[in-house]
Amino acid sequence: MTRMIPSAALAAALSTLASGAFAQEASLVYLVDNSPDTVAVAEALAAAYMEQHPEVSIEVEQRPGGAEGDNIIKTRLATGEMADVFLYNAGSLFQALNPTQTLEPLDDLPAMTGVLDGFKPVVTGSDGKVYGVPAQAAMGGGILYNIPIYEELGLSVPTTWEEFAANNEKIKAAGRVPVAQTYGETWTSQLFMLADYFNVQAEVPDFAERYTANQAKYADTPAAMRGFEHLQEGFDKGWWNEDFGAATYDDGLRMVAEGEAAHYPMLTFSIGAIQQTYPESLENVGFFAQPGPEGAPNGLTVWYLSAIYVPKGGEHTDIAKDFVNFAGSPEACQVILDTIGATGPFLIEGCELPADVPRAVADMLPYFEGEGRTAPALEFLSPIKGPALEQITVEVGSGIRSAAEAAALYDQDVVKQAQQLGLEGW
Amino acid sequence: MAAGVGLSSADVRLQGRAPGRTRRRSPYPTWFFLPAAVIYGALFLLPTVASLWFSLTRWTLFEAEFIGFENFRQFFREPFLVQGVVNTLIYGALTSGLKTVLGLLLAVLLTGNILFRGTLRTLVFFPVLVSTIGVGFAFEAMMHPTKGVINVALEAVGIDGPGWITNPSLALVSVALVDVWKGVGLATVIFMAGIVSIPADYYEAARIDGATRWQLFWRVTVPLVRPATVTVVTLSLIGGLRYFELIWAMTGGGPGFSSDVIASVIYKQYQAGFYGLATAGNVILFGIIALVVLPLTWWFNRREVDL
Amino acid sequence: MTAMSARRPRRRPTKWRPIVTGALAMAVAFVVFVVPFLFIALQAVKNRRDASRLNFAWPSEWQAWQNFRDVISERNYMLLLAYFNSTVITVGAVALLIVLAAMVGYVLQRRRSRLNGIVMALVLAGLMIPPAVVPTIWVLQGLGLFKTIHGMILIQVAYGLSFSVLLYRAFIATIPKELDEAAIIDGAKPLQVFFRVILPLLRPVTVTLIVVQSIAIFNDFTNPLYYLPGRENVTVQLTLYNFQSQFSSQMNLLFMNVLLVTIPPLIVFIFFNRQIVAGMTAGAVKG
Repeated sequence: MTRMIPSAALAAALSTLASGAFAQEASLVYLVDNSPDTVAVAEALAAAYMEQHPEVSIEVEQRPGGAEGDNIIKTRLATGEMADVFLYNAGSLFQALNPTQTLEPLDDLPAMTGVLDGFKPVVTGSDGKVYGVPAQAAMGGGILYNIPIYEELGLSVPTTWEEFAANNEKIKAAGRVPVAQTYGETWTSQLFMLADYFNVQAEVPDFAERYTANQAKYADTPAAMRGFEHLQEGFDKGWWNEDFGAATYDDGLRMVAEGEAAHYPMLTFSIGAIQQTYPESLENVGFFAQPGPEGAPNGLTVWYLSAIYVPKGGEHTDIAKDFVNFAGSPEACQVILDTIGATGPFLIEGCELPADVPRAVADMLPYFEGEGRTAPALEFLSPIKGPALEQITVEVGSGIRSAAEAAALYDQDVVKQAQQLGLEGW
Repeated sequence: MAAGVGLSSADVRLQGRAPGRTRRRSPYPTWFFLPAAVIYGALFLLPTVASLWFSLTRWTLFEAEFIGFENFRQFFREPFLVQGVVNTLIYGALTSGLKTVLGLLLAVLLTGNILFRGTLRTLVFFPVLVSTIGVGFAFEAMMHPTKGVINVALEAVGIDGPGWITNPSLALVSVALVDVWKGVGLATVIFMAGIVSIPADYYEAARIDGATRWQLFWRVTVPLVRPATVTVVTLSLIGGLRYFELIWAMTGGGPGFSSDVIASVIYKQYQAGFYGLATAGNVILFGIIALVVLPLTWWFNRREVDL
Repeated sequence: MTAMSARRPRRRPTKWRPIVTGALAMAVAFVVFVVPFLFIALQAVKNRRDASRLNFAWPSEWQAWQNFRDVISERNYMLLLAYFNSTVITVGAVALLIVLAAMVGYVLQRRRSRLNGIVMALVLAGLMIPPAVVPTIWVLQGLGLFKTIHGMILIQVAYGLSFSVLLYRAFIATIPKELDEAAIIDGAKPLQVFFRVILPLLRPVTVTLIVVQSIAIFNDFTNPLYYLPGRENVTVQLTLYNFQSQFSSQMNLLFMNVLLVTIPPLIVFIFFNRQIVAGMTAGAVKG
């Protein structure tokens, strides 16, 4: 093996001379979470890059998602064993990685000029440098609905919570399931609470700032507590499917796609999953933002879920950065479109959506086009997100705990996170 | 090389030393501990001792700030700690108790003279072979409140089955039962080994004295199988108090926090990145296990001397 | 004592009894132990739509072969690589564990010294203290063993020692001390006594330990997750873990995967099953 290296290097040098361009032979590892869409996109991006740079080989490595995945990312960064390039959440989870010490700043990448300014804050470290490039399209958190049920019962898309509640009562009276809940996968229980943030911000514009400074709490801010109350209301009024405690994310998608349930509160990246798993029902699924109280503006809570990062101290940092640069280019958007289709507006300038997007995506786009009709979710405005939120929302949605108690408990839960981050005022 | 010479010189050597003198070469040399000790010391003991320091810090993995006993204070303030401790004790007692009792009964049955003995032995041990994740998948599906095989079967005979793992007051017990299902085969094998090593003449003597089956079990089997009982109780109790993989695979500590045990609380803190806090939790969990297990071990050992 | 038959003498008057108990036990065992396996196997041969219902209904089409091929070929035949890695780790770790743990258990049981208290405390500590992951990674990195198969083997040995020592110690107590004393008088060295006299007599425990530890190590997923990252290092349970979300809407493949990763432990068990029974009766003869 060792004897072969000089000749391989020689061959590489020769090919460099021959092509006349700077090329460096290397193999990179790109670590991504193991959800099917992510893996498919990662492999397509790697293949596209390798086609342009035959001297580089990129291998996609998978890791579990969720909290287990957070842990692996932190462990590998702290022990200096991170892959050359990796995909991870933006916002509060990104802040917990201690980016100024562990990640390479990417401000100088040519692609960075094309990244939308709205995205940059969620991958900016405390030193003001930008550390990530968006890995996927923007997405909204709101409510997927089954169009045939709406047509059959003559319902219209609600813009206030009261209208939404009234729709649910009609659906229930017609013997259908109004809202799908899937606590078999606990993260799905947070949607009513997190996707309500546009409405919180509309009523209390400085909530995020005061929340980070330990001045505002969920328990003493009625607008913020409303998300928990919505969950309690749904349980109390019997809106859920019978097996809500055990149903899974996939069950929820099936229910709303095939008309077993009228609504499923979810992030819009799930449209890609519906496209892959229930393609025949894709056009039966519509989307609307989580409605707020009467008389308030109607708008969408937006997630900038994940970005691509380069760790410090890697062996091939320059090539890794070049790959990230490629992943932030309009070419990469096209690769994503070809692989999983359109799930939302891209965060890179020059990336166009095709004319025929799925119905639910088309429903979402107007929010992005209107002025002041979107707000980022709280986790992209504040570094604080309590780890037990998904258990707490399961409790409220299952009738184990009241909304008020839950809000107080969640306020207690975030203290540890704030202290761990060393924030002031905690 | 005459055997007699060698033997006599050995005798001389033996007599030449006062009994109790330390430099005598033991046939049971202490260096037998060495290879195991090196691996154990480097890969388990050293990291564990290092982690003790981190339990006194606020540790992000990237930097550690000394905060004294703040982590321990924080851990005792965890809102679900009391429930977690209670759940841990319930889970440990339930799983080890059932594994011991059922394991012993099954071992008696399977060492006795019954039809299909070989097949039954195999069947009982079968679940031990499947991984925790696999068992978790299968039972999560079978315990599904509406579609699950168990409730569908109960419905067929007119019983409205409960939400085995979705009902907060039942979830922990359901997981404990699955744990027993998975682990009873191992307990049975250990008991079987204990039972077959009981000399048959003990039974014969007792039978001649006119002992009933019941008396044979209580007067001969139970006392003489004691070493196996001690092994099963100790191992399954420590396992029940410490391991949470099955709980994690089936309920994730839920619904809400209802099936959380200390180990899963710690694991969630660890996942959330509260490394110092989780390490402090580990120290506390170790304390609790020691508090339960050490008196038990001491009691077992004392009885052993009595026998 | 050695002349005593291993089996208990048969009891004449109640001939129907073993048959009834046996049949009854068989019926209960079928429901409790067989039905869950049938459930797994049945889901594994269904098509995707049938399997998502997770019931006992007869499959509308049998596609065992196709599911098998899909699972095996997933992610560029990752499962085959995983079989190889897991087998190497399991065999290596179990071999080391058996010898090292038996040595410790032997001296621990036979020799009364002040060291015993400390060793026992350490053994119990090993059972009770959850391992500290990050410092362990630092040690492994310092030794150049991180991300290597032999590093993983040593980790499994370190974590499995306590259980094995405890079991050996308990069973060495049943071997009469006169046996090693006889060998010592014959001039055998400590190592010879151990390997020639003691270890063969420990066969029943050893077989039990081989079965139990190889299953535990083969089925372990948290430790490889932390100490053996990297695609080329994938282990069997990790494939299951990785495929979990990939197959989340394809329960048939998920259960086929469960079925496939259960096969190697099953082979170990079938191979040793008769030996467990034989070994135990042999132990009874000598005990």
